[in-house]
Amino acid sequence: MKVDMIMVRFGEYTIKGRNRGHFEKRIVEQVRRMLRPFVALQITRAFGRIYITLNGESYELISAKLKHIFGIMSFSPVRKCASELETIRETALEVMAALPRKPSTFKVTMRRVDKSFPHDSQEMNHLVGGHVLRAMPDLKVNVKQPEVELRIEIQPEGTYVFSEVVPAAGGFPYGTNGKAVLLLSGGIDSPVAGYLAMRKGLELEAIHFHSFPFTSEQAKQKVITLAQMLAEMNGVPFKLHMVSFTEIQTSFTQCNQDHLIITLMRRAMLRIAERLAERSGAIGIVTGDSLGQVASQTLPSMNVIGRTVELPLLRPLITTDKNDIIRMAEQIGTYETSILPFEDCCTLFIPKSPSTNPNLNVVRKVESFVPRLDEMIEEAIAQTETLVITPGESPETAKAGKDDWF
Amino acid sequence: MLYFDHCASTPPREDVIRTMMEVMAKHYANPSSLHQGGVEAGKLLERSRAVVAAAFGTSQAEWTFTSGGTESNNAAIIGATARYRNKGKHLITTQIEHPSVYDTFRRLSNEGFRVTYLPVNEQGTVAAQDVAAALTEDTVMVSVMHVNNEVGSIQPIAEIGAMLNKHRKVLFHVDGIQSVGKLPIALREWGIDLFSASAHKVGGPRGVGLLYTRHGVQLEPLLAGGGQEQGLRPGTENVAAIVASAKAFRLALETREARSARMFGLRRRLVRCIGEIPELVLNGAAVSDEELSMTAVMAPHIVNFSYPGMKPEVLIHTLEENGILASTKSACSSKEDKPSQVLLAMGLGKERASSGIRISFGDEHGEADVDYLCGKLNEVVARLKPFERKE
Repeated sequence: MKVDMIMVRFGEYTIKGRNRGHFEKRIVEQVRRMLRPFVALQITRAFGRIYITLNGESYELISAKLKHIFGIMSFSPVRKCASELETIRETALEVMAALPRKPSTFKVTMRRVDKSFPHDSQEMNHLVGGHVLRAMPDLKVNVKQPEVELRIEIQPEGTYVFSEVVPAAGGFPYGTNGKAVLLLSGGIDSPVAGYLAMRKGLELEAIHFHSFPFTSEQAKQKVITLAQMLAEMNGVPFKLHMVSFTEIQTSFTQCNQDHLIITLMRRAMLRIAERLAERSGAIGIVTGDSLGQVASQTLPSMNVIGRTVELPLLRPLITTDKNDIIRMAEQIGTYETSILPFEDCCTLFIPKSPSTNPNLNVVRKVESFVPRLDEMIEEAIAQTETLVITPGESPETAKAGKDDWF
Repeated sequence: MLYFDHCASTPPREDVIRTMMEVMAKHYANPSSLHQGGVEAGKLLERSRAVVAAAFGTSQAEWTFTSGGTESNNAAIIGATARYRNKGKHLITTQIEHPSVYDTFRRLSNEGFRVTYLPVNEQGTVAAQDVAAALTEDTVMVSVMHVNNEVGSIQPIAEIGAMLNKHRKVLFHVDGIQSVGKLPIALREWGIDLFSASAHKVGGPRGVGLLYTRHGVQLEPLLAGGGQEQGLRPGTENVAAIVASAKAFRLALETREARSARMFGLRRRLVRCIGEIPELVLNGAAVSDEELSMTAVMAPHIVNFSYPGMKPEVLIHTLEENGILASTKSACSSKEDKPSQVLLAMGLGKERASSGIRISFGDEHGEADVDYLCGKLNEVVARLKPFERKE
């Protein structure tokens, strides 16, 4: 089916009375940004909707982009035809035939805006519906709960026909819910947490802790690749703060409190993250924690770890099962990269039996005995290296070797 | 010397050779090694994959580097049938496939698979309806070459792919070794699940093949080993040749349109010449007005003709004395003294099938070269005529 136009519907925020205009403006901006490469498009905003006129651009490529824009709930490919009964009937059949799955029930919803059209809505319902039923004998009408709604709008400039509703990412438009930092480890969970946070309209900057030479160059590349994927999701430059954690981490191994190493590490990371967040104007810390998944993610551990900072800790995955997290990672395309076998600092120096129920007072006491802990944290913050990942920019591998070799 | 054997192998491009030399000298480290040298080599490998993926309009994870076209065909057919053998045991291919496909199916038919070898018409083309008619509940794979390597006939890949779209279980493999860089290829649009290509047919080095495996399709690897290429193709990667191949593929695909238009012109000229020599008979369709469109029936770079009553070696050797290099049937099987299986399948009879000559062009050829070849063909045929053996 040749698609002439796409009708885009917004997400949940359209119910929010006073902010609605603001949200809608942001989503239109975001759609324009993500579809910038398609120069022939015409994007118009209507009440609670966006209409994208394709002017010959590829529906397949554009719909692939639209599916992933936060703040879009769903969209429909629309055929435009002349406002003549026979043409409308044929177009309606085409639209029904192009559905990805054959429905067993449908109904026709007619809007006649152009009152000069000779048949009224009631008549048109029968004229078009009857035609479709004759051509598709297995189909039945169900007005209350149709599987598919065949919608026809007769406008002065022509008639719009559509039925397929393609679900999209949902959520809020980019940046409409403030700014936070994301702890990006390189594992499966944190990119998914980042995705979910961004889908809720958060603007993010990522923080990665590395322990070179205990962690490898490949592990760092892997995180850059993941950050690139997150940058592509919103199509805006994305900051990645690389923090050297080697000194702090190795000093914790000298405390003779091996079962607390993870707790100590996570607390130090949060302290650094909070400072970096404040420096960037971010007011939340997003993590990939999932309740009970590992020793540091039990409720007692999270209690002790979280108390070291004042900023709200956002844990989008907190009650999500691992299998579901993996499925999401596959859907957003980060899974393959996340499972590359390069050790990150969270899995380094893991004791045989880490504490699942650390005692806050003991932990504070141990921290007070770590020589130069505050200075080391200051140094780590000062030496943080910030990379700005540009969307659409070729990943690190695309710069390998000399250009004229390729 | 005029090298008219591009279907067998192409002269590597100079810039491809330079890339290969430079990468080979500098990036000898094993891409699996942890040190910086290995990391750099690994990045070159991934950049090569990205270049290939972009040239074909697909995603990077869908491409595996192999040792060549033969391995790609084997890995696709054996790998997929092994992986999905519990879904069905019936396979469909054609009578004109390259031995790396044909003989692979022969082997599978000894291992409990039932194989249908579809016939072709006199122009060397299989009919999409025949593929549809051959499908059974038990069918798990259809393998059809894009361009036949002996006569150059184009198979209706888009049409077959569209028809197979309704049969989710059936995997569609296409041997594109002779079509890459010559014809438009739309892997996604045509519903292709597995696709093979070879670097040395497009000005790249020997020893590198491509295997496209559509996202979601899984293969059993042919080889066991160190898990390279996502485990699909273990063995230390040939980084220098792969980088050079990526360049060759990119250039072949980017410049395809202009180059194939030129080659269509050469083909038309040679076909006209052969038509004017009564002793020679063209195999496959002549030329059609649609040749530049998607519905072309013959590839632009191949002309196959027979000299009935003359052993093809005699013609090949006489042409070689005149500085012209051509082939009998496909290079792989040209040493066997048997009629061409492809020409037989086209129903051309034993005499014509035993005397086929293949001329295949490349970018270095111009009209003057074709005219020279034409002049020599006239001379050689006149000289050999007294020795014709008519049955």
